Amino acid sequence: MNSIVPEITRRSIINLINNEERADGRSLNEYREISLENGVIEKSEGSARVKIGNTQLLIGAKPQIAEPFPDTPTMGVLMTNSELLPMASPTFEPGPPDERSVELARVVDRCIRQGEVVDLEKLCIIEGEKVWMIFLDIHVLDYDGNLMDAAVLGCVAALMNAKIPNASVVDNEIILDQEKMSPLPINEKALMCTFAKIGGKFVVDPSLLEEDVMDTRISIGMREDGSICAMQKGGTEPITKDELMNLINIAREKTGELLKYLE
Amino acid sequence: MIIIIINNNKRADGRDFNELRPLKIEAGVLERADGSAYLELGGNKVLVAVYGPREFYIRRMQRPDRAIIRCRYNMAPFSVEDRKRPGPDRRSVEISKITSEALKPAVFLEKFPRSTIDVFIEILQAEGGTRCAGITAASVALADAGLPMKDLIVSCAAGKANGQVVLDLSEIEDKEGEADLPVAIMPRTGEITLLQMDGHLTPEEFEKALDLAIEGCNKINQKQKEAIKKRYGE
Repeated sequence: MNSIVPEITRRSIINLINNEERADGRSLNEYREISLENGVIEKSEGSARVKIGNTQLLIGAKPQIAEPFPDTPTMGVLMTNSELLPMASPTFEPGPPDERSVELARVVDRCIRQGEVVDLEKLCIIEGEKVWMIFLDIHVLDYDGNLMDAAVLGCVAALMNAKIPNASVVDNEIILDQEKMSPLPINEKALMCTFAKIGGKFVVDPSLLEEDVMDTRISIGMREDGSICAMQKGGTEPITKDELMNLINIAREKTGELLKYLE
Repeated sequence: MIIIIINNNKRADGRDFNELRPLKIEAGVLERADGSAYLELGGNKVLVAVYGPREFYIRRMQRPDRAIIRCRYNMAPFSVEDRKRPGPDRRSVEISKITSEALKPAVFLEKFPRSTIDVFIEILQAEGGTRCAGITAASVALADAGLPMKDLIVSCAAGKANGQVVLDLSEIEDKEGEADLPVAIMPRTGEITLLQMDGHLTPEEFEKALDLAIEGCNKINQKQKEAIKKRYGE
């Protein structure tokens, strides 16, 4: 799945990291350059384009009226979907979502859902019958590592700039007022910070080359107040409790930096 | 029902019958792809990436004497008013097929036996005429990938809306209009590499629409060349 990395490149990356250096000149706890543009797709109720280094994602948020789940009749629904477009990397294939794509969508979904970014109670139109369903579609355009952090940042931005029509109920019928659009009920902000373990050390925001040589990966989702809302470990090597507790502290600082892009 | 109001023969969006929507083309916008292009035509936003020539792992589909071009036209779920379900449908499969056929004549495929050239067309926002926009951007991306080409394929639609033969149909004109005629040409020779039509036209109207589409193609071709020059210098 990952591309084959020449042994000499692998060793040079590990040696650099052992000397607290990285191939692209960053320090171990430094993100690449980040850019975030809001409302880039006018036809989508909410949208954002995120770039972290050369990684580029486009996210659209689209509302639709649907039935609620039977166990949560008073809550709106959030659906996260991701496509690793074959244009983004020579290793991505067209066809149904593969495991990487499903993992990305599910981790982002957990981070946003458990982070309670959107107040789903306020998206109920008729209890038990009609609610707003918000689709988040993550379109990966260019893949150079660390999709998770970019996807969560873009999804939260797209939710924050999304506008939905006002829905009122008259005689059990829903009337949508397209003239009067209002923003989604945003509760909280949640962001994700991903680390890769390479040669015994952890680096933040791994590039594609670093992801190809990493032993293990850990993504930590955090809310504005520093509470943890999602985590995902990837890769084959184990990780210790002490390492993890240390990373949580770094993640708090780093998600604080990412928050500034949402202002 | 939407009524298209025409004052002084102007169209609903204020254009003349032979006027294109605002057009912007940029070459080399993606890092990983071998070639790429971004195009905006009115509200259409199209991104194209080209990979290849690269090894074609489906042995039975390899051609011993040339490369093949595979196209994938795909609309983003958020590109249209009501969310589109992700994945291919009958429409996108057809467009993918005719797009690869439209691009083939321009590329020297015999230089790359047994390989494949993959063209990925992503419609990020759709506003009528996406297949033409996709083909126009795809040939810029093919050139950006450094492939030897005879010409830059360029595509544009004409049609009939509100009783008038017009160039580059907008979304409303496409839906409410009487006919739609997407065309792709090789501008140096004027040869047609893609032609579709639906609707009703008299032979005279058809000729007028075809001439108009070719005129539009030639205008767009200038922008394609500018985009490549801007990326690689004169």
